[in-house]
Amino acid sequence: MIYVILTLVLLLLMVASAIYAIWQKDLLYAVIASGILSLFLSIVFVILQAPDVALTEAAIGVALTTIIFIIAIRNTVRYEDEHDKKKKVKTTTK
Amino acid sequence: MEKYLDILNVAIYGSAVLLMLIGLYGALTKKSLIKIVLGLSILDSGVHLLMIAIGYLKDGTAPIFSAGNEEKMSVMVDPIPQALVLTAIVIGFGVTAVAISLVIRLYRHHNTLRIDEIKKLKW
Amino acid sequence: MKIAIILISLGILGFYLMDIFFGIGFGVQHFSNGVKDLYLSNSKDILKVSNVVTSIVVNFRGFDTLGEVTVLFLASTALGGILYKKRHHVGERSVLFPASRIVMSGAKLLFPSIVLLGAYVFIHGHLSPGGGFQGGTIIATGFLLMLLTYRNYSVSHNRLVYFESLAGILFISIGLVGYFSKGSFLENVLPVGNMNDLFSGGVIGIIYIAVGFKVAAELTGIIYTVLHEKD
Repeated sequence: MIYVILTLVLLLLMVASAIYAIWQKDLLYAVIASGILSLFLSIVFVILQAPDVALTEAAIGVALTTIIFIIAIRNTVRYEDEHDKKKKVKTTTK
Repeated sequence: MEKYLDILNVAIYGSAVLLMLIGLYGALTKKSLIKIVLGLSILDSGVHLLMIAIGYLKDGTAPIFSAGNEEKMSVMVDPIPQALVLTAIVIGFGVTAVAISLVIRLYRHHNTLRIDEIKKLKW
Repeated sequence: MKIAIILISLGILGFYLMDIFFGIGFGVQHFSNGVKDLYLSNSKDILKVSNVVTSIVVNFRGFDTLGEVTVLFLASTALGGILYKKRHHVGERSVLFPASRIVMSGAKLLFPSIVLLGAYVFIHGHLSPGGGFQGGTIIATGFLLMLLTYRNYSVSHNRLVYFESLAGILFISIGLVGYFSKGSFLENVLPVGNMNDLFSGGVIGIIYIAVGFKVAAELTGIIYTVLHEKD
């Protein structure tokens, strides 16, 4: 019974963080939300009796994928429509 | 117990399909390249959850013969989807890394991440 | 308009997917005569391996795993080729933010235990949850911690290449020994021993140690290449 409630809460949080990751304009927040999704997903794997997969997901999904995205954001732009603002400024100064 | 199993049936398969749809929606509609790669990785997570959920057995144990557990073969969950998902997660990380490096390279060349300004790639 | 078309097609797709998956049931035996029982009983009786996922990944589907580590190697190589930069541009690496003294001391304290945990996970891959892929990624996260904390910490690329190719050669040569003595690639050639012993399962332990070194070297190489990327 307690596992059922825990699973339902985890699934709800997963879907919520996925929606937040797609909806958020700030890419850094979106990437952190997708890392949280992977964390909850690994707990769900433990509940579904798959400890091997949970270990892999916890190491790769939470740590490595998130850090690769963060490095990419540092090297490019942080906001989803940042280039638009620059362009508008350019056109008005001309 | 049967009632809870029905609830979990709807909840787990529903949220796995919902994750896939959310990821696909992000990959189809967003303009930022990093958002597209992020959507594809969310799609990956949904597929992994779906495959593990298909292999689950009610009151099952993990497929490990620990000491004193050697005869409980019939209550173990299916190990084959777990092996497949194990492979798929690692490969998914490799795919994401290559895609991110392509994104960085594109940004270095075009100085933008918006896909409609690069070459009219989006419809 | 575009959004409407996408939403309608995603709705149709979701409706049919949910229709399929709600019908097959959750927590029930899907196949009366599945391949699952064969794998479970073979892993217990013939190979004497406790963790069935390990025996499937390494022994019953070992060729698949060889292909997987090849894909990782190709991804690492492609990343190095895509992010290629002239040699003299690579200078001081810029970290995300300067680390404080507490983070530096903590990272130095945690790094050996993270590597030790990774080594434990891939040595005991056939006894407990874990294995080469998990252990390799844990070791890679340890290197990631050091690379993020210290500005001048560097991983020798030559040593990574050395470990990686040595592990790959070990994997393939074990497979070839099985081919020449027993007749099929990756056949077990060593005695299997007792269940729940450290030295059980024949070649599975050796192959998973090789896979662990290979995955750790490849993932560390990927992180190092991406982290050196700078505007």
